[in-house]
Amino acid sequence: MKKIAIKSLAAAAFAFCALAGANHVALAQDAGIKVDDAWVRATVPSQHATGVFMRLTSNAAGRLVGVESQAAKHVEIHEMAMQDNVMKMRQVPGIDLPAGQPVELKPGGYHVMLLGLKAPLNVGDKVPVTLKFEQGGKLLEQRVEAEVRGLTAPAHGGGAAANHKH
Amino acid sequence: MHSPLPRARFGATHSHAPDPRRRLLLSSIALLALTGCGPDAPKLHGMDLSGMPSGDFQLQDTDGRERKLADYAGQPVMLFFGFTQCPDICPTALTRAVEIKTLLGADASKLRVLFITVDPERDTPEILRAYTQAFDPDFVGLRGNAEQTRAAAQSFKVFYQKVATGSSYTMDHTALTYVIDANGKLRIALRHQQSAQECVDDLRTVL
Repeated sequence: MKKIAIKSLAAAAFAFCALAGANHVALAQDAGIKVDDAWVRATVPSQHATGVFMRLTSNAAGRLVGVESQAAKHVEIHEMAMQDNVMKMRQVPGIDLPAGQPVELKPGGYHVMLLGLKAPLNVGDKVPVTLKFEQGGKLLEQRVEAEVRGLTAPAHGGGAAANHKH
Repeated sequence: MHSPLPRARFGATHSHAPDPRRRLLLSSIALLALTGCGPDAPKLHGMDLSGMPSGDFQLQDTDGRERKLADYAGQPVMLFFGFTQCPDICPTALTRAVEIKTLLGADASKLRVLFITVDPERDTPEILRAYTQAFDPDFVGLRGNAEQTRAAAQSFKVFYQKVATGSSYTMDHTALTYVIDANGKLRIALRHQQSAQECVDDLRTVL
């Protein structure tokens, strides 16, 4: 606990120095929220939307409440569900992160939608994304760089067959 | 479907001396049931649609040519309805189509892959061409006006609808891949959950 406190203090001090005067929010990683394997699907020219995928793990119960990115005009959190062989997509206000349990944003489930892309995304590009979390009444932020993978990139851990739960 | 009933009756009479006629009747039913889905009828991972009326469409390819299903006669067709802004299902289905062609090896050249957009408003011919060809240069993108799109979807009993999101809209749509044989007859619907290998198993019954 002491270590975490010192780390957040250091982070806060750093943020304060770096962004003096700006409103600063605590870093999610210091509150035990981990973001792994963030990637975004490449687009073809004139395609204005694509999905971002990742794995989120929070030590304490928390919630993803928003996402921002300079790469797109709008960013939304969506959930996909398959019902009677029909794919349905809905915007959701957030994603609950149960304590210590990894939550996958992957094809066949949740994803972050980038809408109104400012430029096509090419394989190998990095897309900066800022994730906003809520944990114990506090607002936290984490900036990650999502790696652009090819259009044919499979769902995390396998292809179409990995989506059996739907 | 009727098996639970005779079995219950059989169970009820079990303590008595078995009636030979009833026994014969029961084994004939069992035999019939066996041959009905026996080795003669190949078991599919997908849905068997043979016997269903074949669908059709009047659309344009990305070079602006008028296209109907009969234009692709002579080779089996895999047909999918989707939209290019789809983050998830459509790229997964098209990626699987690429894997299927790889698994089919030499037979892949027999197969035609068609992608019909249910979002012609945003999917211009240019976007559609770039999108389908990013998966495989031989994949064909097809689009029509709102009415032609609706007619094509209805013809294959495909459901789609626009759904508003905060800043834009997305499309709900049927995620089945339809297999049409070389004679233009609707044969199979491949489910989204099927692996590429399971699709190939099903396709082999048509190729």
